[in-house]
Amino acid sequence: MSLSLQARKLACERDDRCLFEDLDLDIRAGEIVRIEGPNGSGKTTLLKILSGQLADYQGELFWNGMAMRESRQAFLENLLYLGHAPGVKSALTPLENLTWYQALAGDNDNEAARLAALESVGLAGFEDVPAGQLSAGQQRRVALARLELTPRPLWVLDEPFTAIDRDGVAALEERIILHARSGGCVLVTTHHELRNTDELRRVHLGTGGQPHGGF
Amino acid sequence: MGMIWSFIHKLGSPKWFYGISARLMPWFWVAAVALILVGSAWGLAFAPADYQQGNSFRIIYVHVPAAFLAQSIFVSMAVAGLVYMVWKIKVADMAAAMMAPLGAAMTFVSLFSGAVWGVPTWGTWWMWDARLTSMLILLFLYLGVIALRGAFTSRDSASRAASVLAMVGVINIPIIKYSVDWWYTLHQPATFTITGRAAMPMEMWAPLLIMVLGFYSFFIALTLMRTRSEILRRESNKRWVRDLAGETR
Amino acid sequence: MAGSETQLTSGDGRSVSRREPGGGLAVALWATLRRDLLLLMRRRSEVLNPLVFFALVITLFPIGISPDPQLLATIAPGLLWVAALLAALLSLDSLFRGDYDDGSLEQLLLTPQPLPMLALAKVTVHWLLTGLPLALMAPVLGIMLSLPAGSYLVLAFSLALGTASLSLIGAIGAALTVGLSRGGVLISLLVLPLYIPVLIFGAGAVQAAVVGDGAAAHLAILGALLALSLMLAPWAIAASLRISING
Repeated sequence: MSLSLQARKLACERDDRCLFEDLDLDIRAGEIVRIEGPNGSGKTTLLKILSGQLADYQGELFWNGMAMRESRQAFLENLLYLGHAPGVKSALTPLENLTWYQALAGDNDNEAARLAALESVGLAGFEDVPAGQLSAGQQRRVALARLELTPRPLWVLDEPFTAIDRDGVAALEERIILHARSGGCVLVTTHHELRNTDELRRVHLGTGGQPHGGF
Repeated sequence: MGMIWSFIHKLGSPKWFYGISARLMPWFWVAAVALILVGSAWGLAFAPADYQQGNSFRIIYVHVPAAFLAQSIFVSMAVAGLVYMVWKIKVADMAAAMMAPLGAAMTFVSLFSGAVWGVPTWGTWWMWDARLTSMLILLFLYLGVIALRGAFTSRDSASRAASVLAMVGVINIPIIKYSVDWWYTLHQPATFTITGRAAMPMEMWAPLLIMVLGFYSFFIALTLMRTRSEILRRESNKRWVRDLAGETR
Repeated sequence: MAGSETQLTSGDGRSVSRREPGGGLAVALWATLRRDLLLLMRRRSEVLNPLVFFALVITLFPIGISPDPQLLATIAPGLLWVAALLAALLSLDSLFRGDYDDGSLEQLLLTPQPLPMLALAKVTVHWLLTGLPLALMAPVLGIMLSLPAGSYLVLAFSLALGTASLSLIGAIGAALTVGLSRGGVLISLLVLPLYIPVLIFGAGAVQAAVVGDGAAAHLAILGALLALSLMLAPWAIAASLRISING
């Protein structure tokens, strides 16, 4: 099944500062798109717009050829977004955290899936430890377990490599590539240098927002 | 539809608004000054004294227009907020931001004049009169909107938050007013209220009407003026404003 | 992820397919209710603090005014209501703050479920663990203020009904200020004026019961205010949360 996320003449102005303008993007199934640019160039803002969080933009967004404003529900059903903050409650155990996310995604309660997801990110044995007692990297892995728990074709990941160790970084990178190869697409910002693969494309946002070398 | 849309967007352009308001503003200033002068002279010097309260009733020529305006400004602020949220028209938000302090000031004027009126009438500066209590609550609502707008570092967020709060407030104002009136009648006040009077003779209400119109003209003129300077401030990096500055230099 | 990376890379390699919008709202609401209840039960002091505050404020009045039972009895309905209202206000700031700080709020905004409903679930938990306990505790404090017999049931019922509206209205203030680092005092400024109708009819209900007038009319109006808040507040909360997250 084909997926596409398109942006036409996208522009964003915040408090009279133009972050970017005239941005055209075509994101299709099987692609990893890395948004690059210096600090303050609007990477996070662009991800928020492309993940449907921020409605304050000019231009048009299309999800599978339909205007985003009309297909928001269908779009959100296909999206998995991981932001700067992991979204993990420190008073709850990793298992309880995932229970909520599973239900929030509209899926039925499935403990086996949750355990498998935690195991896949190397948290086997930590299922019932309050997340507050885990390290920052482990908390980030609880969030990453959602990639396994709720399969969604479109991943939007804002700095997903933050706080995880070298093995974890390698595994996550592999997982991202695998996702693209199996027909998903990934939008990512990261300071980590991604391996050059056929799937990888770069979009550069400059300071002051002029996009350089789009498509 | 198309015409309405283009009109709305034209209205939303700060440059267009800046131009049209320059032409409208003098008329409102003239009307405001003329009406307030005529109304004050008539109300203070020529209208007959009240048979119960004597001359102290004349404070209604300030109190009532201020109270009217205080409520109307809150409603205008909420409408401007709605326009800003729905059509993303920035001028509406600038106007709303400029209206809030003026509305708070008018609420204060109506409260203060009510207190001054209270001294000869009730023998005290403050009574929990239904209208005064509602006005006091309205003042708090204004202060809330102003404080919320000031609390954000991002101006876009501040505008949106203040718009939502103004809309929530405007839904609540009639409920608050009704509850306070109800509360007041329940506790059976001893004296008469500041506006709960019998039908006024024409010589009394005609100057009042003129004063109300004068206050409204003053509000419109002042809002236009303040919105114009706000437009220049917010758009100071836009070409048309720079051209304007170059012209006048 | 040492040792597990093979599992990660090998995954199950299934190809990813597009999903059609489905239901699941009931599941999501129930899970949100359970999660928030669980969170608050793990931090019991947050549940207890408003109750202690309520008792403490009520203790201050006889000390500050007079221990005369007759005087206290006349002002008791208003005192109990004002103190309960302030106690309910106390915990509002934390309603969305935790979720905002750890990023859960962002996720809440991105679910395919309607945000006003999810916000309503969170407000329900706030009421269950703040408003309802306050209402249940109020009769005990009523005894301490020599509240005349026969009005205790009305006191508890009016508080239960009224605090539900207070939680809904207050949540708008909490949502508007959640992105601000010092939102605590600001919330009171935004929310207290909007609380006044609820206070008037809530305290009025107890007063009517004391006088023996029958509180049905007051309670009916409190119910109407709750119905109105239930209809409108969730949308305002949702809009405010969106503003606080993204500006």
